[in-house]
Amino acid sequence: MKNSILSLQKKTRGAAPVQEPFAPDPADTSALHVRDLTVAYYRKPVLWDVDLDVPHAVVAGIVGPNGAGKSTLIKAILDLVPHTSGTVKIFGQPYRRQRRRVGYVPQRESVDWEYPITALELVAMGLYRKIGWFRPVGQAYRKQALEALADVGMADLAHRQISRLSGGQQQRIFLARALVQDAEVYFMDEPFAGVDASTEKAIIEILQRLRADGKTVFVVHHDLETVRQYFDYLIMLNMRIVAAGPVSDVFTSENLRRTYGGRLTLLDRAVDAIGRTPE
Amino acid sequence: MMVDRLLRVLTLADYNTRVVMFGTVMLGVTGGVVGVFLLLRRRALLADAVSHAALPGVATAFMLVMAFGGDPRSLPLLLLGALVSGLLGMVCVLMISRYTRLSQDAALGIVLSVFFGFGIVLLGIIQRMRGAPAAGLNHFIYGRTASMIRSDALLIGVAAIVVLVITVLLFKEFRLFTFDPGFASGDGWPVHRLDALLMTLVVSVTVIGLQAVGIILVIAILVLPPATARFWTDRLAPMVVLSGVLGAIGAYAGTALSASMPRMPAGAAIVVSHGSLFVLSMLFGRVRGVLHELSAQRRLSRRTLKQNLLRALYECEETGDIATPETQTLHLLRARGWSPRELRMAIRLLRREKSIYQSTDGRWLFSEAGRVRAARVTRNHRLWEVYLLEHADTAPAHVDQGADYIEHVLGDELISELERAIPRFGKVVPASVHVIDSAGRPT
Repeated sequence: MKNSILSLQKKTRGAAPVQEPFAPDPADTSALHVRDLTVAYYRKPVLWDVDLDVPHAVVAGIVGPNGAGKSTLIKAILDLVPHTSGTVKIFGQPYRRQRRRVGYVPQRESVDWEYPITALELVAMGLYRKIGWFRPVGQAYRKQALEALADVGMADLAHRQISRLSGGQQQRIFLARALVQDAEVYFMDEPFAGVDASTEKAIIEILQRLRADGKTVFVVHHDLETVRQYFDYLIMLNMRIVAAGPVSDVFTSENLRRTYGGRLTLLDRAVDAIGRTPE
Repeated sequence: MMVDRLLRVLTLADYNTRVVMFGTVMLGVTGGVVGVFLLLRRRALLADAVSHAALPGVATAFMLVMAFGGDPRSLPLLLLGALVSGLLGMVCVLMISRYTRLSQDAALGIVLSVFFGFGIVLLGIIQRMRGAPAAGLNHFIYGRTASMIRSDALLIGVAAIVVLVITVLLFKEFRLFTFDPGFASGDGWPVHRLDALLMTLVVSVTVIGLQAVGIILVIAILVLPPATARFWTDRLAPMVVLSGVLGAIGAYAGTALSASMPRMPAGAAIVVSHGSLFVLSMLFGRVRGVLHELSAQRRLSRRTLKQNLLRALYECEETGDIATPETQTLHLLRARGWSPRELRMAIRLLRREKSIYQSTDGRWLFSEAGRVRAARVTRNHRLWEVYLLEHADTAPAHVDQGADYIEHVLGDELISELERAIPRFGKVVPASVHVIDSAGRPT
């Protein structure tokens, strides 16, 4: 598994092999570099001192129990929630300067599906930054969005209002919207949640294709049984990073126990204490 | 007499009517267009807080202008005051809900009442000021179009055009961030600034609407037209256009009503017109109207009932034990878990379309056409079951439910696709994937 990651990296980019002798600073070469990231809501930490260096061209799962901060990690990386401290770099540059290289699939529940918009119009949103300010979505872009819809097997539902789609179909158009963003690093928040078997299969195919194209994908995931099958890199999270690395290295029962087996009591108490202290 | 007057108003015979009509209709269009995005951003009540928060601004502007020796009835200056304090109120709402743990509805209630109360206090002070022409100020609360003069209407017109141009230019950006702010922000769009711009447009519409519609009711011109339009379309661009048109119609009708009846406040008349359009659309809207949804539901449930009985009868014939009317009835009741009432209803529906008839011994039998229909229904059901089994990794236990639910909405196109996916059956009715027991229940 480890070998295959390395060989893939060499094949796709020729740059940035991570584990060579005298390798450059990982902050400059990693697809994602995170240092000391702490996020707190009303002084109650949700993420604590997160450090990450993830090589490119991997499909990385993010797992952990409920409330472990999986979604928050993605949102903090994308600047959607304010961080208390820490730095985030994408390919060696601060996220703000790398937005064009980043794609995002939010949680399906995060939007109002009654919104008056068709599947095609939703997918075309992924093209807006290419289209630029003020200009309407032209014919060429509409065609591109339609192709992306066909790509996820939804061409015949292009003109349907989005509330009239099934959960799996909704997830597919979210994915299609991210695909047309044509990014290099993708963050997907629970794309497998509540989807049917065929959608799951379609998503996996897309993930594999993205990796083969040298893209890096982060996927918040719930189902531990499928971890080995879907991912080659794994981030095990429970407020802090329990383990991160190639799946074959870190997906061990010891790490699982540390991630899921009850929170560390001392950490819990420290969190409570911080939440209570007045300034 | 009144008809005469109404006619003169409707045909815009008088100059004054034309001025007022221009003002309110422009306002209606703008409110309708901007309101769409306000509604989709789920901030409708914020507009209410903003309009109420405008009152202290109007009063303060009045006092300041008087103190500096100007004419305190000058509309632009009063509206400038309204704009400032309306924006201030909005910022207060957003700050309270952001920096305290109070929810936004609490923040709205607090700002709305405190600002409005403060405004009323200021009005009370103005009433006691010597030589202040304070009577006009009360009109801001309920709105009064009669006082609208040419320059007021022009002010509304210019503001409306600016607001409309911005909305058209930023149509795509507004759609993006009102639908999915998280994605928009991740995609690099300045969501906070876009949000602030949209809210500024909302405040502007609110402020220019104060004179005509009044503080209490101005929210209606922002909320009612888009809510009404939504019953007729599932797409944003048509919704925006329709909402603007509805805004104009409501404003026209309301203004006419108010102009032809003495002492009828224009704001209230406009809101009542909008309200009537809303109720009509809620009932009869083609996309989401209540009647439309109810009748669609009823059609589907009747179709489901009929198809289920056709298939149950067909399966009875296949298994063969329906010797007497009693066993047949028992069989049918068990097959679908129907109540006797539901079965009677299903029988009545099938009989009416002449799919079945009652034989002399009391059993229900297929007519020629009925048998063809039943065979088709059964075939579709089983094709779908086989498809689910073979192509969707669904557990067999769920197959029957899935097929039951979905087969009734399969179109011809989907059926022929099913046939292509499972070509081995040709045109025959495949055997059931379930073993059917003697009572007709799948095991």
